[in-house]
Amino acid sequence: MDINSKPGSTKNNKTGGWRTYKPKVDNGLCVGCGTCIQNCPEGAIQIKEDNNGNKKPKINYDYCKGCGLCAEQCPTKAIKMELEEK
Amino acid sequence: MKSKQKKQSTNKNMIAPGHKACAGCGQMIAAKAVANALGEDVIIANATGCLEVTTTPYPQSSWRMPWIHSLFENASAISSGIRATLDYKIKHAKTKKEKQKLENIKVVAQGGDGATFDIGFGLISGMWERKENIIYICYNNEAYSNTGIQASGATPWGANTTTSPAGSGSSIDAIGSHQRKKDMLALALAHGLNYVAQTTAGHPQDIANKIKKAKQTKGPSYIQILSPCIPGWKIKSNQSIKVAKLAAKTGLYPVLEYENAKLTNVMKVEDNPLKVDEYLKIQGRFKHLFKNKRGRKQIKYIQSIADENIKKLEIGK
Ligand SMILES: Cc1ncc(C[n+]2csc(CCOP(=O)(O)OP(=O)(O)O)c2C)c(N)n1
Ligand code: SF4
Ligand code: SF4
Ligand code: SF4
Ligand SMILES: [Mg+2]
Repeated sequence: MDINSKPGSTKNNKTGGWRTYKPKVDNGLCVGCGTCIQNCPEGAIQIKEDNNGNKKPKINYDYCKGCGLCAEQCPTKAIKMELEEK
Repeated sequence: MKSKQKKQSTNKNMIAPGHKACAGCGQMIAAKAVANALGEDVIIANATGCLEVTTTPYPQSSWRMPWIHSLFENASAISSGIRATLDYKIKHAKTKKEKQKLENIKVVAQGGDGATFDIGFGLISGMWERKENIIYICYNNEAYSNTGIQASGATPWGANTTTSPAGSGSSIDAIGSHQRKKDMLALALAHGLNYVAQTTAGHPQDIANKIKKAKQTKGPSYIQILSPCIPGWKIKSNQSIKVAKLAAKTGLYPVLEYENAKLTNVMKVEDNPLKVDEYLKIQGRFKHLFKNKRGRKQIKYIQSIADENIKKLEIGK
């Protein structure tokens, strides 16, 4: 019996389907502080550099469950939760 | 079990997404901070509970490091076995390089408050008695969340749980839980641990710092992390961080650390610290306390616990 699991294999579960509200980042308001990245329970936010070399968050909607923590905790209110149309 | 170490980038978390924790789960925020601070040179033994169940739906696993689950009560004993095996291998290592590699591996045991305060306590005590070099992490969501929010030794005064239901009667049962939370930090200190710390899911950077300290500690260490639970605390999915921060700010759950039995760091509360009402009122599990005179008396009592902490730890300004 194989009782080992492949490390990180839950990434096959696209938990984005759980979402009701969808976080949208306003890059103009974002100061690249990284708070949202640390606070996301899903690890669904990554940091990417934009064309000007500024650090901006990128949300992976395959996994984001729409909890709203990133929006709630953003110091500049750069993230808005919007009802998702499906 | 081979992990694809080459692909690891700074953006990659040691816990993969796609786990089944509730949206907004405080325990996942904490576990992510813990796992990232631990890195891959670690072997984790995990008790059952939400963290284990949601991250390892067989045959999958979210963990990107060696991780094992056996039972509810024995994460510490499993880690004791792992520690003994590693120590043997270190002793019999053939080369210096091999020895060094083995010495770098940290052993970690972790579980919820039910696993830690209650069912696993005897085995944890044994592990601490033997002074084994193991980091123990307790994700304290103040109830047995995974099986439907039953009260544990960590459930605070006045909390409504499925086994301490709040009611309208006049007996003491009606206030919800009427046992004071077990003081696990004092128990850890009584075992002579060199590193004992408390923090919350609202302070992920502090979690990372404390893990780093525990890694440097020789012998056993204990870190307890207050981890708000969405259905258990009856809060909204975007509130777990706010609630955890309020717990610290009111003095109810001080963020602190003891090194070699001395209190070395503690987060101060503000002048005129926030009243516990601010912490209690946003949680459905305390809703009943705001409804009548008797409930308000309990709030006063809970305030006295916070005041006692502030005075004892000298965290007021
Ligand atoms: C010996 C034993 N008793 C009961 C259970 C059922 N059980 C599984 S998880 C759990 C609750 C875990 O509570 P806690 O440790 O606080 O973790 P949480 O789910 O709250 O994170 C219980 C009672 C079990 N698996 N084994
Ligand atoms: S928390 Fe707000 S400001 Fe900070 S990186 Fe995220 S979106 Fe930008
Ligand atoms: S809404 Fe929640 S799950 Fe989605 S990106 Fe924000 S913090 Fe992560
Ligand atoms: S029940 Fe609570 S601890 Fe368990 S996954 Fe949900 S929010 Fe997290
Ligand atoms: Mg629990």
